[in-house]
Formats: sequence, structure tokens, C-alpha cells
Amino acid sequence: MKFFGRFAALRGVSATFSAGRLYVVLGDNGAGKSTLLRVITGLMEPSQGSVTLLGATKVRDVAHRVGYMGHAPLLYDELSGMENLRYFAGLYGIKDGEVSRKAMLMVGLDPDLERRVGQYSQGMRQRLSLARAVLHDPELMLLDEPFSNVDVRSARDMAAVLGRVRDQGKTIFVVTHQAQLMEGVADEFVHMAAGQIAKRVANGPTATAALVGEPGIPRGESMADPEVRTTR
Amino acid sequence: MSTMAIARATLMKDLRMEWRSKDAINSMLFFALLVVVIFSFAFNPTAEESRQIAGGLIWVAFLFAAVVALNQTWARELRNQVLDAYRVSPAPPNALFLAKTIGNFLFVVVLECLMAPLFVIFYELRSVGPVWQLIVVALLGTWALVVNGTFFAALSIRTRSREIMLPLILFPISIPALLGMVDATTSILTGEASPDFWIKMLAVYDIVFTAICLMLFETVLNAE
Repeated sequence: MKFFGRFAALRGVSATFSAGRLYVVLGDNGAGKSTLLRVITGLMEPSQGSVTLLGATKVRDVAHRVGYMGHAPLLYDELSGMENLRYFAGLYGIKDGEVSRKAMLMVGLDPDLERRVGQYSQGMRQRLSLARAVLHDPELMLLDEPFSNVDVRSARDMAAVLGRVRDQGKTIFVVTHQAQLMEGVADEFVHMAAGQIAKRVANGPTATAALVGEPGIPRGESMADPEVRTTR
Repeated sequence: MSTMAIARATLMKDLRMEWRSKDAINSMLFFALLVVVIFSFAFNPTAEESRQIAGGLIWVAFLFAAVVALNQTWARELRNQVLDAYRVSPAPPNALFLAKTIGNFLFVVVLECLMAPLFVIFYELRSVGPVWQLIVVALLGTWALVVNGTFFAALSIRTRSREIMLPLILFPISIPALLGMVDATTSILTGEASPDFWIKMLAVYDIVFTAICLMLFETVLNAE
């Protein structure tokens, strides 16, 4: 449970998620998706109940195994991309600059770009934010609307990156309103409504039919995006 | 990485950002300069009068100017919610606090170095006591201001009117330190009394409040 004053942002969320899978969390604005991620990461304490993360009840004990990408980019505008990544790598005890370079290359950014992040386009910021989240090779990644304000091509590239990361055995949660981008790579869709997990649907031929029409899920055509697919 | 290594990396990052934006140092310098010039014209003191009032004047100017920098420090961490990236990392909270405090200390010391010649010129200041004692008082007094200031600025970052909130919390708790700084400075400038008691009091104040801030900072950082 998570209350903001008298408003219950999360109501009786109780669920277990398996490792090595990519979960897409869907739902209307205010459904509790971002709050759920913030509670899981330890940025918010649950008002009632507890979170067990990677076997630990104190999130801080497993912080080095978790990657978080917030709704905001979580980057310093005054620094370049590499300067940002080198600093955040240091927080995880990574001194090797090559790790930051590889993370930038993985998301399709040039590590030699000296431009400050404040001058990046929104798509570049989101990519760099993703690079920051995967920098320390976390087992669990929690991504809050990674495709917001990102052009379709960049979003497809990012979704493909997530598919590849999942294929390496990582567990990923993606909160998004753009379910169609994730249909090619997701393992399970988790639909939230009014602070609760309303439905969980394994990805497959019937996933679209099962979810279309739920609040926050677009009606009509298939959500599938043929350009975003990975094999497992 | 150790607390000190992360504190050093955070400090270097903050210094680099300040070097590029010059937000804190410019606003502090402008504010302190205004205080010096306006007070000089308002009171037009003689050299002897200056020695009597300069202790209070100098430290009030630095206290107000430091508040400007203290607000800037955490404002940077709130932009793009970067503070969340630190909070979800395994980095120790105290490393962040130490880096911010040392960074603010350096900014205010730079300000003091730039403003000292102006005080001498505008107020015809000549110290009767030993100048090295003034340097000790300046360093201890500056640390007293920034250690509490950095802590309370962190405490007030999530409040809606943080620019007002910081001085409201900081000034009352800084009164003992301010008293020590002003009396020690006046004692040295006039040579009328020994500043030893005030210097010792400032040292104790610094140790006690640094310890308390370090103990409580994790709670403040993770407060919702």
C-alpha cells in the first residue's frame, strides 16, 4: 500500500515476478505505475507492507544489482554524455572509462560527442538515460516511460536494446503507454488500474486481444511493431 | 568505492559544473559586493570605527551571500531529478554531503579571498592583532556556516518556498557561530582582547555540528 495523504496510489499490490523476463507495465495516468517502480527502487517507502527485491528486504543492500531509469532523464545538463556516465559509473565503483564508452555505443550514441547534455535532443537524452541505467550491468532494470517524447525510430532502437539485454538474462520492467513498441520483445504485460494490478497477460498471439479495450490500452489494430523483435 | 573516493568524484563534478555555469560564485560575489559598497556609503566610517563594526559587517555579508550559493547547490541536483540517480545507487549518502559541504566551503573561501581587498579599501581596515588568526577564524567560521547551510538546504529542497525556508532555519542555529566569528574578528582587528576563547568555541561548534549533520543526512536525503 502507498498513500499520498488520503489518496491510495497503490492498493494491495501483491505479486511475484520471475527473473530473466521483460515485463511491460501498462495503465492510465494515475494508475500507480510510476509509484510502483519508485517503491520497488526504494525511492519511496510503502505506507504498508514490504518489498522483497532480489531476496533482500532492504533495497539498499541490492542497489548495485538494480538499474533505474526515471521519468526525468536523471542527468546533469552541464556535463557531456561521457562525463555524466563516468560520474555515475563511479557511484557503482566502476573506474574503467571503457565501460561508459560501451554503454554509450550500446544505445547508439557517440562517446566522443563533447556537446553538453543540455543541448541534446529529447531522444538522445532518453538514450543516454538508458545507458546510465545499464552502465553497471544490473540484474534488474526498472524503466519509467523510457519512450516518452522519443521519435519512433529511437524508441524502436531502444526497445530492441532492451530485448537484447533481457536475452542476457536480465529482468526488466518497462512502464509505458506505447505498448505496441514492446509487443515484439515483451514476455508479459502487466495492466494496472486504480493502484492495483488488474491483469497479467503473457505475450503471445492472444495478448493483444486480451488487453485491447482495457483503460490505457489503445483499441483497434494489433499493437505489434514488426521492426522490434528479438529471438530468445 | 570508498566514501572519500565518491566524495572526491562528486566534488570534482560540482566544481566542473560551477566552472562552466558560474551560477553560485557570480551571485554570491554580486551580493557581497553590494553589501560592502552600500554599507560603506551608508555609514562612511573612520578607520577606528571600521575596526569596531567590520567583524559584524564582514560576516553578515558572507552569511547572506553563502545562502545564495547553498540554495544553488541542491537546485542542481533537483533539475532532471538527478538526486534520484544518487539515491538508487549504492553510494553512501555521507559522501554526497561531504562533497557538497566541501564544495560550498571552497566557493565561500574564494568569495572571501576576492572580497577581502575590497573590505580593506572601503573600510580602511588595518588589523592590530595577528593576521594569521583572522585566517583561522575565517576558515572555522566558513565551515560553521556551510556545514549547517548544506544540511538545512538539503532539508528544505523539497519545500515549496525553499529560498525563504533556508535562512529561516539556518540563521537561528548559526547564532552561536556568528557570535564567535564576529567577536573573534573584532578582537583581532582591534587588538583589545584575545580571540582564543572564540576560536576554540568555533572549533567545537564545527566538530559537533559536522558530526550531527553526518549522522542525520541519510534520513534527510531519503525523506519523501
